[in-house]
Amino acid sequence: MTKLLEIENLKTSFFTEAGEVQAVRGVGFHLNKGEVCGIVGESGSGKSVMAKSIMSLIHSPGKIKEGRILLHGENLIGKSDKELRSIRGNEIALISQDPMSALNPVVRIGKQLTEVIIRHRKVKKKEADKIAVDLLRQVGISSPEERLRQYPHELSGGMKQRIMIAMAISCSPELLIADEPTTALDVTIQAQILDLMNELKEKTDMALLLITHDLGVVAQNCERVMVMYGGMIMEEGPVKDLFQNPKHPYTEGLLGSLPKQSEGVKERLIPIQGSPPDLLNPPKGCPFAGRCPYTMSICEKQMPPYFEVGIGRRTMCWLQDESKKDGANHE
Amino acid sequence: MVQIMSETLLEVKDLKKYYPMKTGFLNRGQQHLKAVDGVNFTINKGETFGLVGESGCGKSTVGRSIIRLHDVTSGNIFFDGTDIATLKERDLKKYRRRMQAVFQDPYASLNPTMNVFELISEPLKIHGSPSIKEQKEIILDLLNQVGLKEDHLYRYPHEFSGGQRQRVSIARALSVKPDFILCDEPISALDVSVQAQVINMLEDIQAETGVTYLFIAHDLSMVRHISTKIGVMYLGNIVEIASSDELYTNPLHPYTQALLSAIPEPDTLKEKRERIILKGEVPSPLDSPSGCKFRTRCPHAMSICAEVVPSMIEVESGHQVACHLFDN
Repeated sequence: MTKLLEIENLKTSFFTEAGEVQAVRGVGFHLNKGEVCGIVGESGSGKSVMAKSIMSLIHSPGKIKEGRILLHGENLIGKSDKELRSIRGNEIALISQDPMSALNPVVRIGKQLTEVIIRHRKVKKKEADKIAVDLLRQVGISSPEERLRQYPHELSGGMKQRIMIAMAISCSPELLIADEPTTALDVTIQAQILDLMNELKEKTDMALLLITHDLGVVAQNCERVMVMYGGMIMEEGPVKDLFQNPKHPYTEGLLGSLPKQSEGVKERLIPIQGSPPDLLNPPKGCPFAGRCPYTMSICEKQMPPYFEVGIGRRTMCWLQDESKKDGANHE
Repeated sequence: MVQIMSETLLEVKDLKKYYPMKTGFLNRGQQHLKAVDGVNFTINKGETFGLVGESGCGKSTVGRSIIRLHDVTSGNIFFDGTDIATLKERDLKKYRRRMQAVFQDPYASLNPTMNVFELISEPLKIHGSPSIKEQKEIILDLLNQVGLKEDHLYRYPHEFSGGQRQRVSIARALSVKPDFILCDEPISALDVSVQAQVINMLEDIQAETGVTYLFIAHDLSMVRHISTKIGVMYLGNIVEIASSDELYTNPLHPYTQALLSAIPEPDTLKEKRERIILKGEVPSPLDSPSGCKFRTRCPHAMSICAEVVPSMIEVESGHQVACHLFDN
């Protein structure tokens, strides 16, 4: 498989009055062509900032401090706005969480959609209209000609998210980044949207980076998953393998805090104690050390490296290093 | 404990809440938005009743009607035997103490200019007037119960995380020792790892004090975990009521089936439920379909569904469903 996207040691910070908020603190991964990869993490884990970094949409006071973002081996960081414009939309597209604020409320759906098509596909207005109608049909919107004349407020949330998807796929990008695409939607509509995205993926062979906080969504839709915490990737691996046999205490904790769907028995939930680290003053060692039930003395002092734990799996945890175990709090 | 369980605390009978809407030219037309359209259920003491449904189905309106945050259009709400649906504010006050609420957004439901002490002491002052010293004692006890520390006492809401704020809301609700707490999406705004903390705490409090919960949420797996009984709402009506295990293992109403099949299952080992993807979206409550309101999206719709409103049928003991498929 060929690598479509490679990210190396990405660091993005926001320079606020209170100090430097290190939202992404050294993230590295790759994405193959046509692959569906999930990123899970809680709020503040840096997953959205990472997505925006890939799109070069970080604005002041934010800044990409370090790292490389390679698309087809070409570094996107340092490209001019003009160059980026031809990449955004054509090669990478982004769907954001809130379709209500992503659409311009005073511009008709048709205009917003054809604007993208005219700009990137270099076609005349009439043809763009035709393409737009076609796209809306593809994303399952009934009477598309009528919809094009409507304003965003006339559509429901699920409908707006479909429009966003139509916009994103209008220039057949090779990579679609979906940042919490269904979080604002009801479960039955969520199922419709996820189905639609899977269907489109099958048809067009685009790669999908699905960012979510919902472990269920990842389990049902992705092949590979990365777990983010405190601006770093804690663990990575094939979905099935990782969910059944987590190798990082944070992943274990996340899975433990979900209710088990077994009959008759009511197991008590096992929450993760405490709250996420302050990224204004991130801890020197492992970001999860403060909440981890297995914390050892080294965890607070030194950032763990990645340990290979199986095919395509890595985890950032000192527990994998036999020589570092001091057994202090570890059972 | 078993004895307490069987006593009814709350009985809701044919509850309706309509909102008048002005429509048409110069707002001359008048229509009613039927947010809640004839809802019946009972909650026993010490039990947790879960209410699920998609946004706009009226579940929050039911909750708010019960604690009388607004007036109801018609119907009865029997709280411990008394119909509080039509009580005047003055007579209602003693029931206000017994019914408390925890809301979804802990950022909006705590006054940002009050510290924790002021926030929690407010209901104490309204319902009885203990001295400052007594108040402090009670509040410290409560903070301990919800897992906060003494040095949080004089802090303001913005200094807390979402989970901690929800703890403050819960402590505030508990301060007047209520019999009933309305939990309206109390964990929806929280992260997964923090959700479990709050759910465990709610369970502990119930085991300790025997308080009754009405738990409203759209996260179906959490609702199953915490509830004894669950009601499923669609467009202002309850379409199915059953004990939580029964509802999840043997859902009867086509809507419940679709709703459950839409939950993305995190357990990769488990067999996938057959996905039932509903077509279309929830119709507007201003212009709801005739007969069964679900018929426009129902995969099993028959001709009778358009004509007759299905009534609640008890299929098994404690399992009720409103669907023509189960008519005899």
